[in-house]
Amino acid sequence: MLTSLLARTSGTLICLGLLLVAMVSSLAFGHIPVSLDMLVTSLLDYDSGSLEHLVIRTERFSRTVTAMIVGAGLAIAGVLMQTLTRNPLASPGILGINAGAMFFVVVGATLFSLTSPSELVWAAFTGAATAAFLVYFLGQEAGRGISPVRTVLAGVAVTALFVSFAQGLLILNQDRFESILFWLAGSVSGRELDAIAPLLPGFFLALLIALLLSRQLNLLGLDDEVIRGLGLRVGQVRLLIGLVVIVLAGTSVAMAGLIGFVGLIVPHMARGIFGTDHRWLLPLSAILGATLLLAADTVARLVIPPQEIPVGVMTALLGTPLFLHLARHVRKVS
Amino acid sequence: MNRSLVFRSASDRWSVKLNTRVLIVTLTLAGLLVISSVLALASGSHPTSFMDVLGTLAAPARSELALIILEIRLPRVIMAILVGGALGSAGLILQGLVRNPLASPDVIGITSGASAAAVLFLWLGGVTGTSLLLAPVAMGGAFTVALCITALAWQRGISPARLVLVGVGLAAALTAVTTLLLVLSPDSTAMNAYIWLTGSLYASQWHDVTALAPWLVVCWPLALIKLRHLDAQSMGEDMARGLGSALQGHRLLFLVLAVALAGSAVAYGGAVGFIGLIAPHMARRLVTSGHTGLLPIAALIGALILLYADWIGRVAFIPRDLPAGIFVAGIGAPFFVYLLYRLRRELA
Repeated sequence: MLTSLLARTSGTLICLGLLLVAMVSSLAFGHIPVSLDMLVTSLLDYDSGSLEHLVIRTERFSRTVTAMIVGAGLAIAGVLMQTLTRNPLASPGILGINAGAMFFVVVGATLFSLTSPSELVWAAFTGAATAAFLVYFLGQEAGRGISPVRTVLAGVAVTALFVSFAQGLLILNQDRFESILFWLAGSVSGRELDAIAPLLPGFFLALLIALLLSRQLNLLGLDDEVIRGLGLRVGQVRLLIGLVVIVLAGTSVAMAGLIGFVGLIVPHMARGIFGTDHRWLLPLSAILGATLLLAADTVARLVIPPQEIPVGVMTALLGTPLFLHLARHVRKVS
Repeated sequence: MNRSLVFRSASDRWSVKLNTRVLIVTLTLAGLLVISSVLALASGSHPTSFMDVLGTLAAPARSELALIILEIRLPRVIMAILVGGALGSAGLILQGLVRNPLASPDVIGITSGASAAAVLFLWLGGVTGTSLLLAPVAMGGAFTVALCITALAWQRGISPARLVLVGVGLAAALTAVTTLLLVLSPDSTAMNAYIWLTGSLYASQWHDVTALAPWLVVCWPLALIKLRHLDAQSMGEDMARGLGSALQGHRLLFLVLAVALAGSAVAYGGAVGFIGLIAPHMARRLVTSGHTGLLPIAALIGALILLYADWIGRVAFIPRDLPAGIFVAGIGAPFFVYLLYRLRRELA
């Protein structure tokens, strides 16, 4: 773990470097490989006649941006949820928030024919909030507060509920099979930059609020009574954090569907490197989350060309070993 | 309030204690199940009257009517009852084992294991969902996953909390694999697999019934005899040990029972969710009893839910035959919300 300011700063720079590498590879690699020179000229001096330029500007650039935003959003949401519930297994994917958002998005897309992410995002917020509410109330245990195992079970049950509804809709609307499968499987491709732009202000506002809450988040690790004694309005802070989580997770789902485990893996990685101080943890999780999703998406393109593995599958396969490791070491038994 | 009938053998070697309320509820549900089954047999795309059904069942004749009722509808109704019953009882056993009201075969990964194996099989073979090998493959998947869960959760014995969490983790990975296979398959195979995943009893036949029934014939009596040990465990590990129950051995036994029940049900009926989660809760609302008394009631409720869900899917949208799983979720969701309300109130 890095403790001194110098070590942390250099750690941050290394992470930023990794992010840059991931961005470049996300732009360069794929079905049509592009050289570095070509990449630079396509960004600076666009030639609409060149196939490579076209691929980069229309397809890969928006894909890279989407992956970065979704990765950062899910990672921050994961940090916030783990701190809020004091549960190392918490993340928007495992606690059902993503599934709730996904189901409402699917309803919006199939029954109300909404297509643009700026419309769907409201459905996603509603779904995320509904799921969060359900899991919060189901996760409480009489007299003992929130228990980790019970919360996880509540999240999984809620996920099962929403996913089975989405599957039902899928079978009822067989003509929209592909589009619903997109949401269920999770993908950062096929989103145009203009379409996701309206979501960005809300997203960055939520990100900013999260960063501003760093000090309060640091305190939330303490006992409730101690926090109150220190003069923190616990209820209000928790509610605000919950809202931020809903906005971040909802936006991510509205852009890319169901992508699990980013919110679980990244906070643990970041905490392992930078410790539990949220002033470092939050920005670094955002950087690492973006890097991870970019890398997962790039690899997903290259494994079995010309087909692509859905990026949600990639992250799930990456995340499961970590989840199992954590699960075996959760000390507090229900 | 809770009166019991006690039967003893002359030599006092064994005794059976029957709670009268359990007995009454069981008989009522069984009666309801029989009536519903006959009604379900009478309805469908080819209209048949109630009396026709009774007549055909009493004296089978070689007619078109008999063909429809005996060869198409009856196996399907029986499958709904068996699959639903198996899932309901598997859920009850798992919830008792894990000591958590939110556990169920679909939550801890058993169903996902069966699903992943089935979809892999469909993908490799590229065949339609009617192959005879599909069910054994799915069953193999369920058992493999259960084995992995146990192995990964084993640290000087099984702890219920670890069991659940490991199951949840594996379920997530398996779901990812299933999704991957679906995305890689051509659309027709994917749709086929999807219908299987939602849980459909479409085209159930007598050989499905004869393949599923032996599992239940073995598991249900064994569960009825052994479930009293689960009551001991529900009082805590120390109490169970003090009462002379072999804690880890029984945990393994119950896990195997739950996997066999859920795995066989899912293998032949498709990945119907939620019955394992809600049927035990409904049973607990009806009677206050140990697990032995709850087992038949949870099984009957599971059977009723799936029977009705399949009935709706078969009849309500003629000519389309929709998977029962959709309607199980439809019945399950309101109850789930009610459950939430109850848990909340118990908290206050």
